[in-house]
Formats: sequence, C-alpha cells, structure tokens
Amino acid sequence: MSWFSLLFGPTGWGPLLLKGTVITVLLSLTTVPFGFGGGLLLAVLKLSNNRAVRIACDAYTTFFRGIPDLLSLFIVYFGLQSLLNLSAQVFGDAWRIEMNAFIAGVIALSVVVAAYSSEVWVASLKAVPVGQSEAAKSLGLHPKQVFFLIVLPQLGRVALPGLGNIWTILVKDTSLISTLAVMDLLRASSEASRATTRPLLFYSAAAAIYLIFSIVSGVGQAYLERRSNQGYA
Amino acid sequence: MLDTLQNVAGFVVNIDLLSTYGYRLLLGLQITAEVVLISCSLGFVLAYPLSRARMSKNLFISSPALAYVTFFRGTPLLCQLYLVYYGAGEFRPFFQSIDLWWFFRDAFYCCIFAFTLNTCAYQAEILRGAIQSVPKGQIEAARALGLSGYSIARYVVFPQALLVALRPLGNELIGIIKASALAAIVTLLDLMGETRFVFAKTFDFSIYLYAAIIYLAITQAISRLWNWMELLLSRHLLAGRPATMVLGPGARQGQAALDPLRAET
Repeated sequence: MSWFSLLFGPTGWGPLLLKGTVITVLLSLTTVPFGFGGGLLLAVLKLSNNRAVRIACDAYTTFFRGIPDLLSLFIVYFGLQSLLNLSAQVFGDAWRIEMNAFIAGVIALSVVVAAYSSEVWVASLKAVPVGQSEAAKSLGLHPKQVFFLIVLPQLGRVALPGLGNIWTILVKDTSLISTLAVMDLLRASSEASRATTRPLLFYSAAAAIYLIFSIVSGVGQAYLERRSNQGYA
Repeated sequence: MLDTLQNVAGFVVNIDLLSTYGYRLLLGLQITAEVVLISCSLGFVLAYPLSRARMSKNLFISSPALAYVTFFRGTPLLCQLYLVYYGAGEFRPFFQSIDLWWFFRDAFYCCIFAFTLNTCAYQAEILRGAIQSVPKGQIEAARALGLSGYSIARYVVFPQALLVALRPLGNELIGIIKASALAAIVTLLDLMGETRFVFAKTFDFSIYLYAAIIYLAITQAISRLWNWMELLLSRHLLAGRPATMVLGPGARQGQAALDPLRAET
C-alpha cells in the first residue's frame, strides 16, 4: 500500500495517530499547572528560613535532576503502585485501587517538571528586587498579598525563557509515557508500524508531528517573550 | 503484623536483592558507560564541522545544517531511536548487500548511532554559541597583527570559546548519561535495562532506587568535576577577586550551579 493510503485512506492509521497526538497534547497541558505550580512551591520553600525544609527541597531537586527521566517515571509509577499495594495490605482490600495510566503519567511528569522548573523559579524569585516586597510590606500588605500581588506578577517575565525550555523538554518527555501503556503519539505509531511493518513511515510521521509542536512552541514562546518584555526595553 | 513491618522495611532496603542481582547492575553500568563515552566523543568530533556549517554564509550549507539541528533537537530521542532501530529493518536487503546489517541489527550499535546523531546536534549548537560569543574585535585585531587563519583559531578563538562551551558541554554529557537509559527500551541491557530485567524477575521496587543511586552518583560526580575544571581553567579571569565572587552564590549548593538540563544556547 502506498504511504498515503496507509495514513489517510479509509482503513488508514491517521485517526489513531491523531488520537495519539491529542493524548500527547493533553498529557503536556495537564502536567503544566502541576509541574510548574509544584516547581514554584518548591522554589518558595527553597528560599525559606527553615534549614530542614531547604535541605529537603534541594535533595528532591538534586535527585530528580540527577537521574534519567525514564527512571524517574518508573520510580513514580511503580512506587505509586507499590504504595497502593502496601496500603491495601495495611488497611484492607477496600484500598486496592487500580491506577489509571494517564493520571500516573501526569503525576510522574509533574514530579520531574517540578524539579526542573524549581531552579528557574528560584532564579526569577531572586531577580525581583527585595525593595519591591519591602515596600509592599511597609505599606501594610499581608505577606500573602505581598507574594501574590507584588512578587508573582513580576516573576513571569524573568521565568519565561527557562520555563519555555522546560516546556519543550516536557513535550518530548511525554514520549516516555508510551512505555507505561498510555496510547500517546509514539505508542500509536508503534502500533501502526507493528501492524503494517512500515516503521520508517509511521515513526517519521510521529517525528514530523513532534517537530511541528516544537516549532510552534518556539514561535509562541518568542511571541510571549516579546509581549512580556514590552516596556522593559 | 511482623509481616507488614518487614514489607515496609523491604520497600526501602533489601540486602538479598543486591547480593543476588547487584553484579547485574554493574554489568549494565559498563554498557551504559560504553554507549555514553563512544557516542559523546563521536558526537563532539562531528559537532565542530556541523557548527561551522551552521555558521556558514552559504545558504546551501547552512540550511541543511539548520534542518538537521532543528530535527534532532525538536523530536524526542526515543522517536529517533525507534526510527534507527526499527526503521533500519526496512532496508535490511540493502544493508545486507553492503555488509552493514551487523551494525543495524545490533541494539548496541543502533543506540550509539542514534545518540551520536542526537548529541552532535546539541553539541554543535553549544559550539556555535561559544564561538560566536568571542568578540569580533578579537578576530579583527588578530588579523591586523597578521596571524594566519589557523593561528587565529588556535590561539585566539578556541581558548576563549571552549571556556564558554565547557559548562554546557558538561550539561550535555550529563544529559546523554540520563538519555542513555532509553537504550533499555530497545532491549539493550544497560544499567536501566538490567534494572528492568531484575524488576521483571523479582517485582521488587527497590531495585529502581538502587539504579537511581548509581545514576545520581555518576551525574553528581561529573557535575562536581566540571565545577572544579571550570574554576581551574578560568582562574586567570578570576585572579584578584574575593573568594566569594570566585565561587559564586551557587557554590554553597555545589551542583545547583551546574544545570543538568540541556540548556538552550
């Protein structure tokens, strides 16, 4: 069969690849709030006055940045599973919960992305002049208000390039989730190439879709950076 | 109750597991080291011409180089690895006819091939950024003094560019060590592959933690080695400054200064 009908024909594999693409996008987008949010939380804790908290957060970051992403995913995935089994042993069978692979994937990716992004957040937290929060404090703002109204809005501009890098890493890392039985883009192309024995075609199609993502992300990132730097010259 | 306690303890430490399967992890570590060292050094050798092509003013040379770099940095390494490992099978008669099938049949060589192509793209961008970071005035001054093209590269550009490239190249080495775990997915028994093998046999989760400790020790060691190397090689720039400035604010955390992410240059 020609490559065209294999992809777009009535019995073609295009729809499966499209579904996989949607899953890949969903995986990346769902991870963003948890991953980047978790990273921000870690960053705030890293700058805390409590030594133990600082050490714990640094250890977390060092661990997950120092081991392969694939291993992190396995550790989180199988670790969660073992913990669930363990809790079933301790608390009885009512606690035996089956894990949804997609949710496990999002948790695993969030753990990794939080570790990566916390370093970016720390750098941008340090880039906001101390005078800003001191001035807000002297105006009588609550510490929460100081953070959410004064510091947080200024973080985005500085953090954007770093977070953009992590976003591209995240999109590529979703391909690792294919090893955990989530039907993402890469797994969909694996299925297709196994059924048709045309791996070159389907992996090239997957690569092309990933490439489009990274190019679009790059353009979007450049736009956002230009926008957020308005007025800073 | 005792049983449960043992289960909880076994979740963290399991000596039996290590004494039975520990050697397997070491065997895997050797494969990981071979794959990383070969592909990183081959990638480095190929990265220089690629970076020159990227900087070329001739569009017929620079645009293929740009396409190469964009492709290998914009798609997941796992996808590239599948393309090489499974894709090569489609050309089996061809590879057999030119006597190269032994190469593409073997997961070990496929991994080295894919990792080399990938790291080459990243390293080329690092080198390009570093070479372009050398001020133009330096090269113009050298030319005005009558230095040859070779001398300019050897005595003016490279010493400054390689110092700039040192840290990102270290990050790339760490990146490749971490990425080499993907080799396990195409059946290579590297450190990650052996770990998966042991897990499949014993269903003991702690083997993953032992593998993590080994990876962590290696990446941390490299990270520290690189910090030390950078300090050593840039001491002429730092001479006369107070020690705190030399070590920098990140020095307290040691590794935090070196970013294992593949920083975009």
